[in-house]
This record gives sequence, C-alpha cells and structure tokens, in this order.
Amino acid sequence: MSYRRRFHVQQLFSAVLRPLDLPLLLILFALLLYSIIIIESAAPKLLMNHLGSISLALLGMWIIAVIPTRRLLSLAPMFYIIGIALLVAVNLFGTSSKGAQRWLDIGTVVRIQPSEIMKIAMPLALAWFFQKRERSISWGEFLVSAVLLFGPVYLIAKQPDLGTAILVFSSGFFVIFFAGLPWKLIIPVVLVGMAVIITIGVAGDELCQQEKWPGLKSYQKDRICTLLDPDRDPLGKGFHTIQSTIAIGSGGFIGKGWKQGTQTHLAFLPERHTDFVFAVLAEEFGLIGGLVLLGLYIALLARGFIITANTTSLGAKLLAGSTTMVFFTYLFVNIGMVSGILPVVGVPLPFISYGGTAIVTLCLGIGILMGVCRNKQER
Amino acid sequence: MKAFNEPDEHVGRFYIRLLAAALFVLLGWLLLAYTLYSLQIRNYDRYQTLAEGNRISILPIVPKRGNIVDRNGVTLARNFVAYTLEITPSFVVNVDKTIDGLSEFISIEQKDRQRFKKFFRDNRRLDSAPIRTRLSDEEVARFMGQRYRFPGVDVQARLFRDYPNGTLGSHLIGYISRISDHDVEEIEERGDADNYLGSMYIGKSGVEATHEADLHGTTGREHVENTAGGKVVRSLKKEEATPGNDIELSIDIELQKVAEAAFGERRGGLVALDPSTGEVLALVSMPTYDPNLFVDGISSQDWNMLNEVGVPRDRLNKPLLNRAVASAYPPGSTFKPFMALTGLNAGKRTLTYKMSDPGGFSYGGHYFKDDKKGGHGVVDIYKSIVVSCNTFYYVLANDLGIDTIANFVGQFGLGSLTGIDIPDEKEGVLPSTAWKRKRFAKYGREHQKWYGGETISVGIGQGYNAYTPVQMASAIATIANNGKRMRPRVARASIDSHGKREEYPPELVKEIVVAPEYLAAVQRALGDVTRFGTATRAFSGAPYHAAGKTGTAQVYSLKGGTYDKSDERKRDHSWFIAYAPVEEPKIALAVMVENGGFGAVSAAPIARQVIDAFLLEKRADKPAPEDAGAESEDEGGDDHPGNGARVRQGGNAE
Repeated sequence: MSYRRRFHVQQLFSAVLRPLDLPLLLILFALLLYSIIIIESAAPKLLMNHLGSISLALLGMWIIAVIPTRRLLSLAPMFYIIGIALLVAVNLFGTSSKGAQRWLDIGTVVRIQPSEIMKIAMPLALAWFFQKRERSISWGEFLVSAVLLFGPVYLIAKQPDLGTAILVFSSGFFVIFFAGLPWKLIIPVVLVGMAVIITIGVAGDELCQQEKWPGLKSYQKDRICTLLDPDRDPLGKGFHTIQSTIAIGSGGFIGKGWKQGTQTHLAFLPERHTDFVFAVLAEEFGLIGGLVLLGLYIALLARGFIITANTTSLGAKLLAGSTTMVFFTYLFVNIGMVSGILPVVGVPLPFISYGGTAIVTLCLGIGILMGVCRNKQER
Repeated sequence: MKAFNEPDEHVGRFYIRLLAAALFVLLGWLLLAYTLYSLQIRNYDRYQTLAEGNRISILPIVPKRGNIVDRNGVTLARNFVAYTLEITPSFVVNVDKTIDGLSEFISIEQKDRQRFKKFFRDNRRLDSAPIRTRLSDEEVARFMGQRYRFPGVDVQARLFRDYPNGTLGSHLIGYISRISDHDVEEIEERGDADNYLGSMYIGKSGVEATHEADLHGTTGREHVENTAGGKVVRSLKKEEATPGNDIELSIDIELQKVAEAAFGERRGGLVALDPSTGEVLALVSMPTYDPNLFVDGISSQDWNMLNEVGVPRDRLNKPLLNRAVASAYPPGSTFKPFMALTGLNAGKRTLTYKMSDPGGFSYGGHYFKDDKKGGHGVVDIYKSIVVSCNTFYYVLANDLGIDTIANFVGQFGLGSLTGIDIPDEKEGVLPSTAWKRKRFAKYGREHQKWYGGETISVGIGQGYNAYTPVQMASAIATIANNGKRMRPRVARASIDSHGKREEYPPELVKEIVVAPEYLAAVQRALGDVTRFGTATRAFSGAPYHAAGKTGTAQVYSLKGGTYDKSDERKRDHSWFIAYAPVEEPKIALAVMVENGGFGAVSAAPIARQVIDAFLLEKRADKPAPEDAGAESEDEGGDDHPGNGARVRQGGNAE
C-alpha cells in the first residue's frame, strides 16, 4: 500500500518536474520567496492576492514549458494577429485609467491588457518569422521585422504606456539583434541615442523650459526633466524619485530591518508594493539585500544565456535570447528608475513587484526558457 | 546542428552577438550595483538625515500664559479653557458651503464669518482659524454627531484670555489678540520665532504687551514620528513648556475703580504714583473699552464701534487712545511750581523777592493779562503758586529765557519718556530753541526762530508746552520725593509657576540738584493751595493735608473770537496735580480732564476722591461732582503771542 502510494507520488512529481529546468526553477523560487517577504512588509493586506498570482503564474509557466517550442512558434502568427487586433480595439473602445487607455473590458468581469499579450507575442512572432526565412536573412527581412515591431510599439506608446512600449520594443529588438541586425545599423543608433542623452544632460535645464518636445507627451517630458533635477518639483513629479532615493540611501549597508523602513511604513514612499518595491527592499535590507537580489538576477540571466547558447534551432535561440534580455530590460529600467538614474516609467521589478499581470507574463517567459531548454535535451 | 544546414560562420556570428549581449548585461548590472553603493554607502549619511527629517517633526507645546494680578492679588487677566470650532481651509473644498452646513446646527453669525475671513487677511501663514469660539457642551456634542460630514473641521480645546473686570483698567492691562503678519515680522526680528511656533496670541497693548516676554513663557517641544500625511504615529521625546510668569501689578484695582468712577462720562487721564518708589497705583484713561472683545478676534462691527467709524472728527471719543501715556496736553498752571523752582535755582528769584502785579505784562507791544483784573497785588514765590498768578510767571519766564527753563524743567522728565511699562508712551513737547529748529526744520528759517513772546506763554504752561498725564504725575511725585525722580512702573513683581517671586526694584532715574530750601518753599506753597488757594473747596474737610496745583489749559485759540461755553469740545482742559499727605507723601497724582474747564472745578474733585480712597479707604463709586462754585480759577494763556490773551475773572484765593 505505502509502496504503491510512494510510487504514485514519485511518478506524479517527476511528471510535473520533468519539463522544468531545475536551476531556473530554484532561482525563480528564491526570487518569489524574496518577493513574498518584501510584499509582506510593503503591503501585508495584499499578500494573499500575491500568493494567488504566483500560483497562477507558476501554472502558466508549467503549461508553456510543456508545449514544445516548435508548436509555440507555429502559433506565433495567430498570437500576434490577435494581439494587434486587441491593441486596435483598445485604442478604439478601451477603458481609461490614470490618464491612459490600456484596458479592454470583455463583459463586465474580464479586463485584459492587450499590450501585455504583445510582450509574449512579439518575440514569438519575430522568432517565427526569422526561423522561416532562416536561409535568406537579408535587408528585406530586417525591414519587414521592423514594421512588425514598430506597429504594435506605436499603438502601445500611444495609449500612452511608455513602460510597456519599452518592454515590447526590447522583446522584439533583441530577436532582431540576435538574428543578425547589421552592426552598421546598430552603431549609428547607439551613437545617436548617446548624443541625445548627453544633450539632455548638458542642456537639460534650457530644454525643460520649453513647453513641448517633439514626439513625447508632456508628462513624458516632465519625467525626464524631473530625473535631471528632482527638486524642480519636490512635492509633485519629483516626489517619487526623491523619496525612493532617500529610502534606498538611508538603508545603508545592512538596512533598517524587515518592516522597519521608515520611508516605507510612514508612507513617504509611493507605489511601494508595485513599481517602487525595490526601494522597500533596499531600505529594509540595505546594500546586502540589494546585492542578493542583483545576484539572483545575474544567476537568472546567466542561466538564460546558457540555455540560449545550448539550443540549436534558430527560432528557439532567438526566443530564449530575447526573453533573457527582456528580463534584463525589466530589472535595469526598474532599478534604474527607483534609484534615480532613469526617468520614471511604469516598469515593475521582475518577479518581486506586486501585480498579477506582470508576474504571470514574467513566468510565462520563464516557461519559454524552460521549454527551449527541454527541447534541446529531447533532441 | 544536423537539422539545419547552417554554415559555421553563421553560428559563430550568433555567439558573438550573445557575448555582446552578455557584456551589455554585465555593464548594466555593474552600473546598478555601483548606484546602490553610491546611494547606500557613499551618501548614506545624507540620505539617513533626509529620512530622519521626513520621519520626525517637532510639535510646539504652547505654554500657558501667566495671569495678571493687582497689588492685593485680585485677578485682572486669566485663562480659561473653551472649545472652538476650527476650519483648516486646505482640507476643505468649499469653505463657504462648509460654513453654511455647520450653521444648520451650530449658531454662526455674520460677524463670526467676517472674523474668520479677517484671521487669514491678518496672517497669511495661518493654517486654520476658528469659525466659532466658546462652544457650549451641547454644541460640541451636536458637531461630533455630524463630524464625518465635515473633513477639515474640528473641535479644539483652547485656552482663552479673560479679563474679569471688563472695561476697568483696560488701557493699563491691555489685551492679547491673534498674531498678525506684522507681529510675525517683529517676532522674527527679535529672533524669537522658535518660541512662538505654536502660539496664536500675543499681547497687543498695556501690560499684556510690555510684559509679553514674561507672560508668554517658553514653548516646549515634542518630537514625534509622523507619516507622509502628517499623522502623528508616536512621541519620541518631549520637552515640557515653561508656563509664563504671573505679573503682579502695583495697581490697586479698587483705587482704579474709584478713579474711573470719579471721571463719570468725562474724557481724560489720571496717573497716581507712590512717589518714593514710582509704583503706579492707578492709571486711568477715559473712556475705556472692553478688552475681552479682542480675545477671540474682534468682529468688524465692534472694531468699527471702537474706532468710531462715521463719527465726525471733532466729536471723537477715541476709546482706544491711552490718554494717560499717549496723549500730551498743555499743562496750564500746573507748570508754575516747576517754573518757580527754575527761577530760584537759576538765581533769578529769591525766597524774599517780591513784585507788584499790575494785572499784566507788556512785551513786544503785546499785553499779557493776568486772570484777575487789576492783578494780585504784591506777589512772591509762595503767593504766585497759591493764587496762581500769571504776571509773576510772565516776568519770570522773560527773565529766564526759554533754554534755561527747558534745561531745568527737563530734569523732571517733562518732554521725555518716563519709561513707564505701558506701550506707546509719547514724549510730549518741552519747548526750547533747539526743539523749535528741529520741529520746523522743513519750513523756512523764519519759522525756526524762537520769539521772546513765546517764552512768556510757556511760563504759564501754555504755548508749545504739552505733557502727558504720566509725565505730570512723575514730575509732581519728584517734588513730593524731594527731587528724587523714580521711574513710574506698573508691574512690581513676576511670579513663576513654582511660586518664586522676583521683585522689580524701584529705579531712581534722576536726583535733581536743587537747594532743599527752594524745594521746601515750593512744597509749602503747594500745600497751601488746598488750604487757602485755588483748590480749597475741593479739599475742604479732608482729614489729611494734601498739596496740589490746579491748571486750566487753553485748547482752542480764540483768534479774536469769543469763548463759546456751549461747545464742550472748545472748553479748556482741566488739570490737577497733587500729593498727600504733605508730611510723608504716599500718593502723587496728575488728573487731566479733557475740556473739563477750570482745574479746580473738574480735575481737583477727582483727585480728592482718589486720595480719599487711597488714604482713608473710602470707596465712593460715583462721579466726582463738578465743583461749580470753586473758589477761584487761574490763568488763561496764550497759544500764540499776538493773539488776544483771554481774560477770565476769578475769585481771590487769599
């Protein structure tokens, strides 16, 4: 009897775990555990919701991991088309919240954010596209992929949702990059970008006097200007950045202790369980806590690179490489913004921030990596 | 690898890109790690300080204001706790609607609304202000039931100032009121801003203003942890406030009551002193006002009433003016004793000097008449004071010259601040050639020149002469005190919250150098003014011996016109200065009744009542009778030489 049951449990376990990558899983669990600890401090009332999101995300991850990458890629065009359709729909009949039109209500219960779907659909679609054209990748392919990339990014940026637009853009861009986008194109863009950053850094004060910048919403301009000089508007747009840097800085080497962060618990820190959760972590656990998190992230990224390097099919390579780089984009943009070196954009801290959508999307990404990894083993 | 027919070159390119990406990630990662190091290690101290500053705020603990009591311990100003209904406009969407809503169940009058708006006009730094004060318990209960409807509105228990004696001694005690923008500037100039962090009130007049530092106390501090929204989470450290000291006045409020009652409806001022110490026993300015009106913030209605909005200029009663210290009047004949001393001291007159009074004095083609037709006969120093002979002083003034007069009389404090601890004291005018040059500096040289005829008017207390009642009281007290001038002062001790008493010692301002026999001669003459002279009637039957001098000061210059008795405002100011008992003076005083007419008629009976009350503890609370049948009156005078000096008939004093 007992032997039989143990056999069943063992079988079930191996059946569940077999499609998953153990190192990735361990890193993910460590991150999620860290997240639970931080959310318990930052927003204890939301912990049960958070655990619910995590469970759902893990389930999603498992499903994606089980689906063979080939199959996933073949579904990509469909995901992409659905994503585009929903984005158009949201622009036409979406629900507004906090000044942005991002959500689409279906019936009265389901509310979806089509831009989130794009985060998965975009790298899949581009990877699928390049895999199809594997033997003849040339200027034409890059042109087509650019159109495929910028269409949705434009729609998302227009909502406006700069954070998601950046993430969707990076998810597609890295596919194109790994597919061999000529350095001749990359280097000038990087140079121009650097020039822009330096210009803003040097002449930001005069530029910020101007009412509008071409191509940016005025709130986006304000965010960049506020980054340059948070004291410009210490109680308004600069408040987030000022308070989060104070939180991080005052954490010191070992931090103020779990649930002891004064910035966090006296409500000086805005959005403390969502986009600014890193400030809570750094305030309460100090530099040590921050470096532990950065260590977990580097381990995650390293594992992602290894999986990318070890897989053979081009589509899987592109998909895994892009997914890894998107994780990096998330964490770099978020920590950069919370610690005051990047403007405030709505990007959550990956695997740590409270928020079901983000956690599910990120875990789906992990699922993709695991799927890629398993396919290699099977082969 | 087998499945795809890729050239190795292609694969190699991919690995280069992967390596580039990994390098990019590594750089980004290092940048983040460095940022953390920079924030948390390099700039830790700075951010630590900022976080503490965020977290901790310092709440002021307002000290309890000291009480004011009189010399017998009677309370003149005290505090009581009452509930106020306060609105913080920054938390309220529509203040007017909120007030309308509140008025549905709490009575809010138009004047409450006006006052509420005025608070913010007077002090732009104000966060909140009361819409209603002194709520009844029932009103508090009614509000508490509806409180949820009114964010930004709250009931607060506040300390209020109360002046239990109402209008009695209002100019003396003064009042406190809300701190205005102007007060804030003054407080900041003094460097006292920390001590007024939570204070809402400040002394505005009287003892409340001059002894503000003592009465206010020291503000305490509570260090609290607060949230971003300003909500206090817990107390970290507390330094208690030190309550203000009680101030004990030398004033006898019962005497004050007698003195005010003696004035009745008349306007004027009175200052009574202890000549040996300078302690003020009573300080009256009539009419008075109720200082309680100011405590919660005065309504515009009351403000208009006290400022007599709409009253013609020549009919103003000026209840807010402190006539005792802030209003100067020509002293009339009360100036004569000081003139006599000047003449003796300067050697221009001797105790045996006699002159014949022909009934006037001719100077520069103008005839300065005596008040008695035909003159007073043979007059010496003694008689000149007792009968108040003008001619004697016309001649004396001419002999002395204006600067000799100013130099000597100035020693009595006339024309300079006495230093009494009551605000807004005025200097008055002690005329001299230097004074006139300065006074008319803006006009031509002709206007700055001193004329001999002007000296003659000054000799009988007319002309440019103008002194406050407190100056005259201090001057007569100096004579009573044998030339020792003490600083008049209202407060005599401060008592801290532990009951420790600190006396304010008497302060000798000046000891006048004058031969004792001259002083004695003038004192003797003043003593006989009440027995055989101009104040005989007023002091008839007094069981003590008082010394005094009447004075009648011309207000209205009759430029060839006639004296119209029917217009009260054109009547002369009535003066009386006195001290008693002559043998060992306990009280010295100056009484001035605006447009009171003859000094002997109007002012002297008031002095009599006050001295009676002080020496005999006789407490008559009714106006002093106007002594219409007074024996005699003195002088007239002249504002400007060249005008017809008014001549008035008076009985003979001797």
